[in-house]
Amino acid sequence: MVKILFFARVREQLNTDELQVSLNGISNVAELVSFLIAENGSLWADVLQAPQGVLVAVNQEMCSMDMSIDEGDEVAFFPPVTGG
Amino acid sequence: MISVQKEDFDVGQEIISLSSDSSSIGAVATFVGLVRDVNESEPISDLYLDHYPGMTVKSLEDIVCKARDRWPLQAVRVVHRVGLLSVGDQIVFVGVASKHRQTAFDACAYIMDYLKTEAPFWKKETTPDGSKWVDARESDKTALDRWQ
Repeated sequence: MVKILFFARVREQLNTDELQVSLNGISNVAELVSFLIAENGSLWADVLQAPQGVLVAVNQEMCSMDMSIDEGDEVAFFPPVTGG
Repeated sequence: MISVQKEDFDVGQEIISLSSDSSSIGAVATFVGLVRDVNESEPISDLYLDHYPGMTVKSLEDIVCKARDRWPLQAVRVVHRVGLLSVGDQIVFVGVASKHRQTAFDACAYIMDYLKTEAPFWKKETTPDGSKWVDARESDKTALDRWQ
């Protein structure tokens, strides 16, 4: 299982703050995104492939979509940050 | 020293604790970010700051580490608030203590520039039309160019 977290606009658009997913052969973030879209439909495609960009972090570190994921990892999706 | 907190902070107190770290400190540069009353021509009544609790402190520590690799810094303090804030409230404090002023000015700006683009905080504004998430600015990304 991996824990998936969503924040800010992404969380509101998907109406989901947390999910647990079995990896079942999923080996990187891009494959996880494809899986989530296949499971949940076109709204998820629109949000997770938004043109303004969705950022991803694995184990609390920002990374690219080709980052590999393993059992027990925490994966987070969120919009570009606007703190400060 | 990094803090992510709901509570307000006292700038004077933060400066005193930064400069009392070592007697070789000759300069303290600080930045304080505040909640503005208008953003993109819309009046704002309050601002909600969301964050990724597991990642914010780690991300700020990484940014401070990068600054310390680049400049000799005596002390660094970052405070970022989360939760509901009102117009005029303090949002963020960055303070840098060093031997000489240019180092302090530069490191303070560097930490703010990276905080703006890497630390997982998100602002949601309340306007007369309802509440909406603030969009990231391209100018915040290009601000990093001067540090490349």
